[in-house]
Amino acid sequence: MMIPAQVLFSTGVFFVILLAVAAFYCILFSRNLIRILIGLELLIKAVTLLIALAGYITGHMALAQTMIITLIVIEVVVIAVAAGIVIGAQRHNRSLDVRALRNLKG
Amino acid sequence: MNPILLIVLLTLLLLAGIWSVMTLNLLKSAIGLAVTSAILALLLFLLDAPLAGVFELSVCAGLITVVFISVISLTKPLAAAEARARDHSRTKRFIFLPVLIVAVSWGLYILRPHLDLPLPPAGLETDVRQMLWNVRRLDLVGQILIILAGVFGVVILFKDQTEAKAGTPQTPDDGQRTTELDSGDAKGGTKS
Repeated sequence: MMIPAQVLFSTGVFFVILLAVAAFYCILFSRNLIRILIGLELLIKAVTLLIALAGYITGHMALAQTMIITLIVIEVVVIAVAAGIVIGAQRHNRSLDVRALRNLKG
Repeated sequence: MNPILLIVLLTLLLLAGIWSVMTLNLLKSAIGLAVTSAILALLLFLLDAPLAGVFELSVCAGLITVVFISVISLTKPLAAAEARARDHSRTKRFIFLPVLIVAVSWGLYILRPHLDLPLPPAGLETDVRQMLWNVRRLDLVGQILIILAGVFGVVILFKDQTEAKAGTPQTPDDGQRTTELDSGDAKGGTKS
């Protein structure tokens, strides 16, 4: 059974928006640094799905795949560096709470 | 493509994502994220993107989960009383997420007839290898530079910590800062 392109895209975008809402909520309301990274990861997943859907519908799947691969590489590097910063912040402040990061305040 | 399978996978993806945000235990949260990545990899396979699916499965579901679990293991667990207080505060803050998701779903469903999403014109399919190595060659240079930047960033981060440990005691007001932070109502940290 084939799905019309417009319906497939609308359904996909519907779920992408919901996933992005959950990710933004996690980033905005979490106080734990690791949880904020998890929210960022979820947001990237939503973007990946959106790129794949757009590529599938328009027939530019090769371009979409190269974009997704580039996105995954950037995602890994960002998470690795951010994880290092989180470990450093935890060792320095004895806490993972974002409110503890106030050394530059004022 | 089977529409029922697509809807089921999209729903599972959303549920796994919400579960990884809502769950109290950080380890379960990381595992939820890995499940989300695995479901997304399945979706990519269904959407004729096998190469991206393999990357998603191996790198995101595998490597990034390992990074998260390592970070959780390397950070100090909270004491039981602190963890209970933190969980209570967190539950109060995150109880609205399902309500928000349902409200946004309802809003999108109501607005659906008015949201006529424009589709870009369809193009000719090209081989992904040709696209990656010939058309988007500059992206590869960018990826290499980003990887190098990440490697040097991590090296510098851990080098500073090693030097600080090897030298004299860290900062004179370290003990004072710890006391100040401990007086906060919610502590970050992993739940053992």
